[in-house]
Amino acid sequence: MLDARLYMLQRITALIMAPLALGHIAVMIYAIQGGLSAAEILSRTQGSLFWFAFYGLFVLAVSVHGAIGLRVIIYETFGMRALLLNGLSWIIGAIFLLTGMRAVLAVTLS
Amino acid sequence: MVTEKENLDVFVWRGLAETGRFERYEVPAQDSQTILDVVSWIQQNLDATLAYRFACRVGMCGSCAMMVNGEPRWTCRTHVRKVLRGNQLKIAPLRNLPVIRDLATDMDPFFDKWVAAEGHHHPTRTRDDAIEALDPQSPERRAANAGIECINCAVCYAACDTVANNPDFLGPAALQRAWTVHNDARDGDQPAILEAVSGKGGCHNCHSQGSCAQYCPNDLNPMTAIAGLKRASVKSFFKRER
Ligand code: SF4
Ligand code: SF4
Ligand code: FES
Repeated sequence: MLDARLYMLQRITALIMAPLALGHIAVMIYAIQGGLSAAEILSRTQGSLFWFAFYGLFVLAVSVHGAIGLRVIIYETFGMRALLLNGLSWIIGAIFLLTGMRAVLAVTLS
Repeated sequence: MVTEKENLDVFVWRGLAETGRFERYEVPAQDSQTILDVVSWIQQNLDATLAYRFACRVGMCGSCAMMVNGEPRWTCRTHVRKVLRGNQLKIAPLRNLPVIRDLATDMDPFFDKWVAAEGHHHPTRTRDDAIEALDPQSPERRAANAGIECINCAVCYAACDTVANNPDFLGPAALQRAWTVHNDARDGDQPAILEAVSGKGGCHNCHSQGSCAQYCPNDLNPMTAIAGLKRASVKSFFKRER
């Protein structure tokens, strides 16, 4: 159940996620050099528009990407009707987005 | 190895898809015996009502495919020796297609999807025009050539798990033909092909795990053809956006 539009959306969100994930890992490796503490992480992220945009975009891309991926698995496993499948996919995407954004806000709000 | 005069233990699917069952037959083993030989022997010597399909017996017509010990095979070119398990053979109708009776499947869905994938020629010239010269070395022609030996046997279609789980999926053979036609310099409607393979049963559903290429008796690679279609559709997506 993947038409060209969903396929493109999934590829494009993958292209967005890849550099963001690498950036995340690079900063992690750099930041733990002098030991790791919650206070240190929060001092970097809190009130930072950059890190809000960085992780906000990542969460958005993950939500779209993951929802489309699960949609395929759900359809091929359970063979639902389109209406139900679309509804479920939106709900899954929304759950990813809400939980993800909640976490992003928790570390970036000052 | 089967020694001569030994009997094969053959289980053949009889009846309809839901109510049918495997029946056991003993078939004398012979040298260079094919699965189709075994099925024909049963039909000629044990039960004349056995329904199955074949025509050319030399791997040209694509009508004899069946599931043999759980795997799709062209039965006229599959040697018993190669697929025998213990002394047993289990022969069933082709997977992913409706069963008519016994070993005969209804191939209509398979061929309907060829048409749905626009896997047919879209002419640009009339009989009055000169025949177009083709460069056999051009990349497009090579890509087209890679798929033209398809015999429509539906072995790949039976091997494809995406077909099994998504009844709308056009399947490896139809999509490969669409890619062949798309690459044919003489074809006049590439946008229609891309449109046809971009819907909810289109090329984008392929998981690229290659069962089709693994089982194709002609060593064709529908998976690669489908990857080509995906690339072409991405290209045309960006062109349309601009
Ligand atoms: S590679 Fe694609 S077409 Fe081939 S068997 Fe797998 S899903 Fe089917
Ligand atoms: S691609 Fe191969 S397996 Fe599929 S129908 Fe053609 S010849 Fe048969
Ligand atoms: S009978 Fe024609 S391909 Fe097997």
